[in-house]
Amino acid sequence: MSHKALTAAAALMAASSAAHAQIAQTIDEAINTALSPISDFVAGIIFYSVPIAGVSFPLIVGWLILAATVFTLYFGFIQFRGFKHSIDVVRGRYDNPKDAGEVSRFQALTTALSATVGLGNIAGVAVAVSIGGAGATFWMILAGLMGMASKFTEVTLGVKYRKENPDGTVSGGPMYYLSRGFAEIGKPGLGRFFAIFFSICCIGGAVGGGNMFQANQAFQQVVNVTGGEASFLADKGWLFGLVLASIVGMVIIGGIKSIARVTEKIVPVMAAIYLGAGLVIILMNIDMVGWAFTQIVVGAFSPEGVAGGAIGALIQGFRRAAFSNEAGIGSAPIAHSAVRTREPVSQGYVALLEPFIDTVVICTMTALVIVISGQLASDLTGVQLTSAAFATAFPWFPVVLAVAVVLFAFSTMIAWSYYGLKSWTYLVGENKSMENVYKLFFCACVVAGASMSLGPVIDFSDSMIFAMALPNIIGLYLLMPVVKREIASYWARIDSGEIRRYR
Amino acid sequence: MVKTFIVGFDGTDSCRRAMDFAVECARQQNGTLHLVHVLEWSPYSFLTTEELNERHARRQEEVARAEKFIEPACEALRKTGLEVTSEVRYGHSVEIMCEIAKEKEAAQIFVGRRGRTKLAARLIGSVGMSLVQVSPVPVTVVP
Repeated sequence: MSHKALTAAAALMAASSAAHAQIAQTIDEAINTALSPISDFVAGIIFYSVPIAGVSFPLIVGWLILAATVFTLYFGFIQFRGFKHSIDVVRGRYDNPKDAGEVSRFQALTTALSATVGLGNIAGVAVAVSIGGAGATFWMILAGLMGMASKFTEVTLGVKYRKENPDGTVSGGPMYYLSRGFAEIGKPGLGRFFAIFFSICCIGGAVGGGNMFQANQAFQQVVNVTGGEASFLADKGWLFGLVLASIVGMVIIGGIKSIARVTEKIVPVMAAIYLGAGLVIILMNIDMVGWAFTQIVVGAFSPEGVAGGAIGALIQGFRRAAFSNEAGIGSAPIAHSAVRTREPVSQGYVALLEPFIDTVVICTMTALVIVISGQLASDLTGVQLTSAAFATAFPWFPVVLAVAVVLFAFSTMIAWSYYGLKSWTYLVGENKSMENVYKLFFCACVVAGASMSLGPVIDFSDSMIFAMALPNIIGLYLLMPVVKREIASYWARIDSGEIRRYR
Repeated sequence: MVKTFIVGFDGTDSCRRAMDFAVECARQQNGTLHLVHVLEWSPYSFLTTEELNERHARRQEEVARAEKFIEPACEALRKTGLEVTSEVRYGHSVEIMCEIAKEKEAAQIFVGRRGRTKLAARLIGSVGMSLVQVSPVPVTVVP
């Protein structure tokens, strides 16, 4: 079966690429014209911006930050009070050794992280500091710290309302807490509506921000490293897409997990190299760290030469944090709900480490390196800025960074393909042939994302990720009393010794 | 105090030889036998999201499969009048064997070596060597 599907996928991709080579221009244009109005409309709503102090502020970012603030206050700064507990839970101190062989806390955390760590941490930060100045970093860290409360809330609910299928597999995520949780509080119809709304957005987000956008950016970076305009790959996006799509297809259709596992073995290594290199650069310039932090703090409140002043820096920082750690989007609960625990809250504690690692550690590292390197004064932005900043200390770094970007993109795509699949099966039911329809479509989108310069399509799909936050956060608001009760009961049982610490 | 003899059991011929030898010792010393099957597992390995969601189902299958070959062996021995227990555990073979030896206050650990399949050869081979280094009780490696 999987063999047939593979052949079909290959045929489909070959056909699309051949066609692309001949009439690429026409196709691009046709799709552009057809999709532009819809795309503009949807992206216009999702990214609806209001000008604040002369800088456009997308309301969706405000929506995410507001939610993070509400959860932080409602749960009494749980991300700070519970931080040590989070570490203990991740280390398996509360896990019964008899449950070995089930998904561990650490595994759920790293899998969920693999979906969020990526371009946002490398390119997004560079965009933030190049536009918002060093001070944007301050607001980014703040937003990351607040986002921890959003993650805590959504993952706790994801575990609480997950569905255990008769065959022993688990289905979880916002579509389940929206439908089941709302039914519990007497709003089944509304819950069902939001669950469907979320699923549709999630599929859009999966093929868009989780796929086409990643493929597109990975290709751009590869072209840059291999010589920019002069690169032999410059006009061969379809080829790059085809290769990437067949690898993705082998994993998600062919079920060849070993590829995913090999990549996932390399991804932590790349992350370690990235962080290691950043740390070395910071240590080499240890005398400048104080100055850099001063720049960041002073820049946060009275930046020089930044459009919109402090507000401009704040908006850039908030924006990038929200885009990078996905707190409140509703993607993480899908991965976390597989953990074998009877305590949803305990997994919430694990999940709150995600924005911390993603935004507070990795993004701050990138920002520090950029500030210290002095490259902020250059005209560069995005990946090129990060690349140039690291290259001041290690000239070979851009190549490593290109490999890292491709691998991060790949792991993000694999994770998102599954988020989309779960939403798809929630809508159409669990059905092998329908699953394969989705998977083939997903692979085709890889080729499309890498080969076409379809601005509107990418805008549209990227906006779908953020559209997920609309139903999800409404759900979180309505269900947060449930979480509060869970927390009270959890701590009461820890104090009474009913929840035991094993080591 | 009844002595417990632990046998690392993975269903291969070499572990059956180890079991036979352990049975002899158990009979002579009026001890009991404890068959242990360890499924290699690390809580830090990476799983894709799909694997996460299927993990519980896979685990049940794996345990059922292991019990399928461990149970008949136990039954056969019980018929001969020996007291036999068994367990299937997840983790690192050597660590788990040592843990069980401490829990049971076992007298000895028996493992085979040179399994027929490549995988077993790798697992059993290294298990024997490492156990000798760290085990809290005497270890017998049966050829």
